[in-house]
Amino acid sequence: MKTFKSGGVHPEENKLSAGAAIEALPLPEKVFIPVSQSLGAPSKLIVEKGAVVKTGQLLAKGEAFISSNVHSSVSGKVSRIEEITDTSGYRRTAVVIDVEGDEWDGQIDCSREIKAEITLSREEIVKKINEMGVVGLGGATFPSHVKLMVPEGKKAENLLINGVECEPYLTSDHRLMLERSREMLIGIQILMKGQDVKKAYIGIEKNKPDAIDHLKKLAAEYPGIEVVPLKVKYPQGGEKQLIKAITGREVPSGKLPIEVGCVVNNVGTALAVYEAVQKNKPLFERVVTVTGKSLKKPSNLLVRIGTPVNKLIDFAGGLPGDTGKVINGGPMMGKALTTLEVPVVKGTSGILVMPEKESKRMPVVNCIRCARCISVCPMGLEPVLLAQLSENQMFENAENERILDCIECGSCHFTCPAGRPLLDYLRLGKNKVGIIIRNRGKK
Amino acid sequence: MSLLTVSGSPHVHGHQNVKSIMYGVVVAMIPAIFVSVYFFGLDAARVIFISVAACLFFVWIIQKYLLKGPLTINDGSALVTGVLLAFNVPSNLPVWMIVVGALVSIGIAKMSFGGLGKNPFNPALIGRVFLLISFPVQMTSWPVPKALFAPGVTDAVTGPTTLGILKEGLNAGKSVQELMGSSGFPGYMNDMIGAQGGSVGEISAIALLLGAAYMYFRKIITWHIPVAYTGSAFVFSGILWLVDPARFIDPVMHMLAGGMILGVFFMATDMVSSPMSPRGQLVFGVGAGLLTILIRVWGAYPEGVSFAILIMNAFTPLINRSFKPKRFGEVPAKS
Repeated sequence: MKTFKSGGVHPEENKLSAGAAIEALPLPEKVFIPVSQSLGAPSKLIVEKGAVVKTGQLLAKGEAFISSNVHSSVSGKVSRIEEITDTSGYRRTAVVIDVEGDEWDGQIDCSREIKAEITLSREEIVKKINEMGVVGLGGATFPSHVKLMVPEGKKAENLLINGVECEPYLTSDHRLMLERSREMLIGIQILMKGQDVKKAYIGIEKNKPDAIDHLKKLAAEYPGIEVVPLKVKYPQGGEKQLIKAITGREVPSGKLPIEVGCVVNNVGTALAVYEAVQKNKPLFERVVTVTGKSLKKPSNLLVRIGTPVNKLIDFAGGLPGDTGKVINGGPMMGKALTTLEVPVVKGTSGILVMPEKESKRMPVVNCIRCARCISVCPMGLEPVLLAQLSENQMFENAENERILDCIECGSCHFTCPAGRPLLDYLRLGKNKVGIIIRNRGKK
Repeated sequence: MSLLTVSGSPHVHGHQNVKSIMYGVVVAMIPAIFVSVYFFGLDAARVIFISVAACLFFVWIIQKYLLKGPLTINDGSALVTGVLLAFNVPSNLPVWMIVVGALVSIGIAKMSFGGLGKNPFNPALIGRVFLLISFPVQMTSWPVPKALFAPGVTDAVTGPTTLGILKEGLNAGKSVQELMGSSGFPGYMNDMIGAQGGSVGEISAIALLLGAAYMYFRKIITWHIPVAYTGSAFVFSGILWLVDPARFIDPVMHMLAGGMILGVFFMATDMVSSPMSPRGQLVFGVGAGLLTILIRVWGAYPEGVSFAILIMNAFTPLINRSFKPKRFGEVPAKS
């Protein structure tokens, strides 16, 4: 069974919602759509207060090279444009729309039939994906059209599709692979065409045997697409780990996957690409797992972007009384929310409600130099050393020890028997080293 | 609704903590404790009890009255040190010497460096070596264990250890074969089971290996140090033995006699004082193996395990600096 070689951990999987079919969440009365929802430069707002918009209408335009369009997820009237707290905890500009009916933009193909034939050319595909505001749905929200533009002198050989879903609890990708498989496979074909590659691999971990069997059967009809079962190990969904697991290649430190001829896209992104290119449908809704041990009805919901998180929790049975923490994303890399008013954005893959007794960290004691953090680090770093350097503000040393290679998977903190907040210190160190490097460039 | 808890990721934690690791080590030592009490009688239990009690007492008094910091007496690390110190002394050692050993182990080797996780040397070994150098007579007069199925307890006669017999005999000009054939020599089987003279916890290879297997499967230790240590000691002593079997002890006897198994699995693997990267651990193990045989063969003492491990402990910071784990993406990408 394939997997990446060094490091990794195996947290309890807790895939409570794996059997729950995707349900559409009823429209909320109001949506809060942040103007910037992807990596890169902020998008430029093009609507004003009082404007009447349709579902799928452009709200903000991504003008820089790395930025993306944002569309309205509902029809109605723009009641306010204001600063709100988003899932990252920062204050960001958002468009507030009072929902009236659900009138879709006329260009969107609303029919349910699957359109298999790809008529657009390579350039048109890239343009369309850009126009429809498709970004990576695995969590990093990197604009998808930028990934399709291979830099001068490089050649993409393999397209890797990430169906690993190695985060505990999350099941949205799993359900998509079961329920929207045909569209997803066509989306993968579109990406292959857009990138001009002949070979695509869908990496799926062994804990989803139904998805592996189902996609293997279907993929036989799509030349060049192969399903690769992977051993269950976190963080296999990390881009560099997935490339290592499937192709055996190692992306050099500080470089992008294209360096080894690979491009990685999430399964959800493949579906969004299908909808954008074949159906003219902008990215304004996504599947979100709402889950937790005390939650009445762990679910996978098709949610319009901008829907407040508490609507999702209400639909899944309401906030349990013993709730201590609510996380945007999975328990390994997700962010704890400060309020439940925050809206779902393009990068929201799950909402995890954790009971009070699991919400607190364990007490911190002295490091016993057991080196477990070193043995689990998938990047071959020494988290104990890097944390120490950060703690003592020796950031240049931390840079030399390659702190910027850290992918923030949290395996070190997860495994530390002394409960030391290793990743907290590593994040601090990465941040400071980043500033030092930027200042160096200015001189 | 009450306020939500907010903290950085990850939000879940693995099952191991310092306490579970320390108590895991204690559990792994239980078979050796039983064997020891069987062969040496209640004297062995007495030594272990006094050593553990003294270690816990010194941690408590130092933390409470000297450091005035939080008490960590129940984290299990002083318990491990206590049992290990007892494992490293003869079962007839006077009470006050055990207490002095505990004071050196806990007070000097551990707490003065900052307590748990900060000690550069293995505390129990520092205690043992201190006692060995200060009280050489008491530390090297070993009670003779009773025979395997003999009734009752040992009759407090003292005699040399397996390695002691060989060292003295070789110095007197006898050959290894002659010495191993002499009456009173324990032989392979007795060394395996534990019917040999020696410190409280080192006599039975089988009991110690059982504990080591437990630690390995509980993921408390990794294979690197034990394999490198025994491997290098086996090969080095094997070469010497092939050169002259009359003058040098065979490698299997080296493995079974003295404190080899105890040292390899319970003290060289001490995570605090051994290197962190797998490569570093291999280097550490090889070095300790070579030093052990070097001291056993050419040194003044018949046994070299404690000195070898302590010397390698001193190299640990240097090894940590020189042998880094293999970084991801360090090699040029293959095409």
